[in-house]
Amino acid sequence: MIESYLLQSSSLTKLFNKLIETRHIYAPVKKGMVTSFNRVESLEEVAKDYIQTTISAKSILFLRNEILFHYKQENGDVKIMEPDLQRIPELVIWGCRPCDAKSFKSLHSVFNWDYKDIIYSSREARSAIISFSCNQADEYCFCTSAGSGPGHTEGSDILLTKLKSGDYLAEILTEKGQLIRDMIPAIFETPSSESKEDNLARIPIVFDTAGLKQKLEQAWNSELWITQSMRCLGCGACAFVCPSCSCFDIQDEKHGKEGVRSRCWDSCGFSLFTRHTSGHNPRETQAERWRQRIMHKFSYLPDQQGFTGCTGCGRCSRACPADMNIREHLAALINDSTSPENRVA
Amino acid sequence: MDEKNIYVPYRMRIEKITQEAPGVKTFRLKFVNDEDALSFSFKAGQFGEYSIFGAGESTFCIASSPTRKDYIECTFRQTGKVTSALASCEEGNVIGFRGPYGNIFPLDDWKGKNLLFIAGGIALPPMRCVIWNALDRRSEFGNITILYGARTVSDLVYKHELEEWGSRNDVKLITTVDPGGETPDWKGEKGFVPAVLEKMAPASANTIAIVCGPPVMIKYTFPVLDKLGFTDDTIYTTLENRMKCGFGKCGRCNVGKVYVCKDGPVFTYRQLKSLPAEY
Repeated sequence: MIESYLLQSSSLTKLFNKLIETRHIYAPVKKGMVTSFNRVESLEEVAKDYIQTTISAKSILFLRNEILFHYKQENGDVKIMEPDLQRIPELVIWGCRPCDAKSFKSLHSVFNWDYKDIIYSSREARSAIISFSCNQADEYCFCTSAGSGPGHTEGSDILLTKLKSGDYLAEILTEKGQLIRDMIPAIFETPSSESKEDNLARIPIVFDTAGLKQKLEQAWNSELWITQSMRCLGCGACAFVCPSCSCFDIQDEKHGKEGVRSRCWDSCGFSLFTRHTSGHNPRETQAERWRQRIMHKFSYLPDQQGFTGCTGCGRCSRACPADMNIREHLAALINDSTSPENRVA
Repeated sequence: MDEKNIYVPYRMRIEKITQEAPGVKTFRLKFVNDEDALSFSFKAGQFGEYSIFGAGESTFCIASSPTRKDYIECTFRQTGKVTSALASCEEGNVIGFRGPYGNIFPLDDWKGKNLLFIAGGIALPPMRCVIWNALDRRSEFGNITILYGARTVSDLVYKHELEEWGSRNDVKLITTVDPGGETPDWKGEKGFVPAVLEKMAPASANTIAIVCGPPVMIKYTFPVLDKLGFTDDTIYTTLENRMKCGFGKCGRCNVGKVYVCKDGPVFTYRQLKSLPAEY
């Protein structure tokens, strides 16, 4: 159902201005060295030249810290006040990268399997994702090895690809995308013959996604889990910046007789993540926690949900203070899986 | 479509507090809302998230039987932040409860079979639910044997119920305490659970073994059961791992690709053997 149109460069402002009449727009904003998603009021505020935001677009739908409910103790009972989800405004995530857009698929899946998380779902239902294809990449990007790509459409409602002329190829991908087109149909013109692929960044494939799961499972006993994680500080930055990481903690905050219960981002890299009250820890070492991170993304999620929990955005490698590079580490693990002593009995 | 905020707990009033052992208490809880009580049901083996508002949530099994319909019970040892807050509660206080979560002990599949319960220390509570469930449906099962051990006599939980089980002629109860944990008038066994099990040598024919205890007890009990002829499919246990949500989203209780909260907490020994030792 993909419909393609030409959007003149001057029409971009028209589209933005139309959307902001009724919606909150979140877009990448550059402040110093950091580009991050912020609520914006005009297209001028939006960063133009960036490869990737530091924190992913997940932070808009899956808040870093989200109140699950308020409570108040009174007259020997407890009153629970749930957040009013009807008050979540209509949102547009503008300037999402295809890798981030794809990650919403795994977030959606985790927050909906068996038990529907209406806090996440309500925000998701009110959001439209307008992504921009990548015409540049850096040495950390490996989307083409992670089932995504610089012009990948999955997860976006509209994907815009900048053409050499300065105009945009607009792909309307979903009903939400059609609704936006219908808000301002005049700017969506007949597309030119210019190919989308010619205007995308070239990102070499470094490993084969197809055999990845099996190879990692074969590498379960590899020494590499230890050697690769030796420099891991357990800081959790990788999970923090990851567009697909969805693990969270639940914490209470109390002020006298009232307070909140909220959920906040967590990381499997923290030793406390799995530690029992008794002190026993099922994943005692950083190597086991590193293996969990990789296996969850590339083996468990594919088994449970049918797709990986990584879209190759490369943020974890960019953010790692100890320079752990997931792309290189995965390639090494794949290589090591062929060694017979690593086979799981 | 269920449009409920799944993180909001039921409000439960503490009806009765029983001091079971040093640091171990049982709460009998009743729903504050009558409608909640009517719509609530669970099965033996399931667990919940119990909470003190302002302190947080903690995961325990439901220790009462689903055949006792007007309340639920939980037994916990005061250890961390939440259990300490729970321990300071008084009868009449309101706490939070989310659940039931997880899979069940397949009691219906065990009809006509002998049941052998093997529990250690604070791990009797997850088993108590299924013991009472089986006793309330007594005629459906063959012999019921309970082997329960704790470090010392005072660490044995559910002392009144142990007396009751011990005096019933349709239950065989063996209690044991670790060497040195006995009192002068102790009439039970002395020795670790696996050793006592080996000595009592229960028949494995047509018998289901349900094992729950600290990791070290589990580790030495499985080989004994194996020696007695129990097959991997006839041995059940219930796992515990740190949890936050209870429904497969917070991401920490997994053992390999299996979530203890969703796929467990009840596993057969065969399933356990196929998993990495992340529990």
